[in-house]
Amino acid sequence: MKIALFATCIVDAMYPSTARATVSILERLGHDVVFPAGQACCGQMHLNSGYFPEAVPVVRNHVEAFEAEEYDVAVAPSGSCVASVKHQHAMLARTVGDADLESRATAVGVRTYELSALLTDVLGVTDAAAQLGSWYPHRVTYHPSCHGMRLLRLGDRQADLLRSVEGLQLEPLPEADQCCGFGGTFSLKNADVSSAMLADKNANIAATGAQLCTGGDASCLMHIGGGLSREGSSISTLHFAEILASTREHPAPPPDAIRGRTRNAARLAGKAHQ
Amino acid sequence: MSSTYLGMPGVPVFGSGNLHTAEPFPVAARRELDNEQLRANLGHATHTIRDKRLRVVAELPDWEELREAGSATKTAVMARLPELLEEFEGNFTARGGIIHWARDAAEANEIVRELIRDAGADEVVKVKSMATQEIGLNEYLEEQGISAFETDLAELIVQLDHDKPSHILVPAIHKNRSQIRDIFLREMPDVDPDLTDTPARLAEAARLHLRRKFLSAKVAISGANFALADTGTLAVVESEGNGRMCLTLPETLITVMGVEKLLPSWTDLEVFMQLLPRSSTGERMNPYTSLWTGVTEGDGPQNVHLVLLDNGRSAALADERGRSALHCIRCSACMNVCPVYERTGGHAYGSTYPGPIGAILSPLLTGITSEENASLPYASSLCGACYDACPVKINIPEILVHLRSEDVQSRRGTKKVPGQMDVAMKAASWVMGSGRRMALVEKALPLGKLAAGPDRKIKKLPGVAAGWTRSRDLPAPPTQSFRDWWAKEHEQTASKEQA
Repeated sequence: MKIALFATCIVDAMYPSTARATVSILERLGHDVVFPAGQACCGQMHLNSGYFPEAVPVVRNHVEAFEAEEYDVAVAPSGSCVASVKHQHAMLARTVGDADLESRATAVGVRTYELSALLTDVLGVTDAAAQLGSWYPHRVTYHPSCHGMRLLRLGDRQADLLRSVEGLQLEPLPEADQCCGFGGTFSLKNADVSSAMLADKNANIAATGAQLCTGGDASCLMHIGGGLSREGSSISTLHFAEILASTREHPAPPPDAIRGRTRNAARLAGKAHQ
Repeated sequence: MSSTYLGMPGVPVFGSGNLHTAEPFPVAARRELDNEQLRANLGHATHTIRDKRLRVVAELPDWEELREAGSATKTAVMARLPELLEEFEGNFTARGGIIHWARDAAEANEIVRELIRDAGADEVVKVKSMATQEIGLNEYLEEQGISAFETDLAELIVQLDHDKPSHILVPAIHKNRSQIRDIFLREMPDVDPDLTDTPARLAEAARLHLRRKFLSAKVAISGANFALADTGTLAVVESEGNGRMCLTLPETLITVMGVEKLLPSWTDLEVFMQLLPRSSTGERMNPYTSLWTGVTEGDGPQNVHLVLLDNGRSAALADERGRSALHCIRCSACMNVCPVYERTGGHAYGSTYPGPIGAILSPLLTGITSEENASLPYASSLCGACYDACPVKINIPEILVHLRSEDVQSRRGTKKVPGQMDVAMKAASWVMGSGRRMALVEKALPLGKLAAGPDRKIKKLPGVAAGWTRSRDLPAPPTQSFRDWWAKEHEQTASKEQA
């Protein structure tokens, strides 16, 4: 199958390893991955902040970029951006009265999948350890992001894939369905409420005893990770694509807590050696 | 007294009364966030109701179909509202009721005052009603020398404390029982001075206090949950029995109801009486449901009035993308699941209608530019929990986004200098409207390292982004974007293949 990768702007610019992990998973399953060069962003930031006229060129660019490429399905490692492509693009085109863009955006939207939905529903991945060689021997908790959960109805797809990773111990997250408080520009415009939501989310994450929090949206993980970092917590964050891509031969970075311990151990060992 | 409703006036008549927030939501929210008592009470109460709701909703195998039916019925009502209102008016009037049409809060208040004067009363008892809170009826009557007594326990507490409700279903959600005892001791005449804060003692004190009012009142004022067009029947759904007292004991009954409360027929109650109690209190059925159709000779109120209130509803109805907010049956399920409401409480929203529904309904009724109501649609992370909980499937997140665009649009060109957010959005639109421009900007990513400390974290950002770094770090950007990596990888592969 020829699969077009929609990296999403935040992964492209801030978390390129998540996109590389997505490519690695798909290639391991024997598929060809293409990267439509014209792609930039889904336009969700503009849309959700109410800047509709400014969102139009961003949405148009996405539609044109994916029309210019030949592929069977498109995939993005994000529930939120896929929900925007699937639901908001056509709505925006309709709102600004562009029927042509509306039908083209709908066509791109129906062929676009969130990563866990593609893996589970289309590519038949049920056992990441057996089918992808996934190995990540750490205690991990999982935050289901709102848009994947409520707009795409991903259900347990991401969590089920994580459970099938060899060595991974999945710790249930209390109040998992509660928003982390990111919400795009909400985190700036209503910074106090957003921070209060994040504080509760991170207290729940800490209560699991996990060393790392994973999820399907780099933006929510940046928010959660940013809060944990500010609190001085040793709990780190990593996108689930990187956990699925992690193997014994090419392991993903371990949680910071483990890394710190290994580094200290190495330093101590080095000292002992001297 | 009745006049004919002639559809949409030329200029939208926006709602007035208690529908406005006087300060921006983030400012009010910050103050409420500091109220530890409020946050503890709210967290406890919303979680309890939330869990109860989920339990009773799970009992119904056809819950999703019921929601669909509720939504479809309301959509049909809005599509032919003028026609249904006239049908209702005909049936209500034929059975001895009198209808009054009020364009806005001031008109409704004056009508009610006149009716009370006609009845020769200077005291009224009230059943909890959102519509009368919306028009500020109690305050208005007080100015006119008429005392209005709330008879719902929680409303009574709030009224005695000269406070405002913070939740539409549990108005005193922000008070605990020792606070309530203090209010009763301070404000209730003839109260037992040894009153304790045990719930049974508090309820008994309220009961004794209210009983005297019920028996002496000549006039009662109520809202209505539903109005059934085909029979001309009004319905009030309640838990304490105070409503039943008000609706049956006094000689005169005045109901104030928003025009959108209409249902086409008696049989529609079947759907809504399954949706409403389960969504609001998490009960299979509420304890008291009162229905009345005009006047029954020798039984109950002999003067039955209904004030049909527009107060911005026609304006909301004219907004194609916002009108489904009028489907709301005031169950409060959206606020009980809202992570923003749970932390700020209802007062932060300013208006009578708090929480997610308030964030869309208030600006729809008043117009987006009214006072600080434009800040309300931003009081959401768009997590979508409200949409899932809504028994009539109001797509609140989509309407929030629609109203944000109305706000942005209404501010365009009004300021000499565009705001930081406007400039940032414009620039981002230009960059993100092209893969090539995005690639160029990404070349500068390594510069981000300069902003980061030795731990590769950015701890302070300027301008609008400062909100982020108040409680969150930002990782230093990578040295190479994915796009760049991909291009280099595939250049190498291509050149290898060529060689």
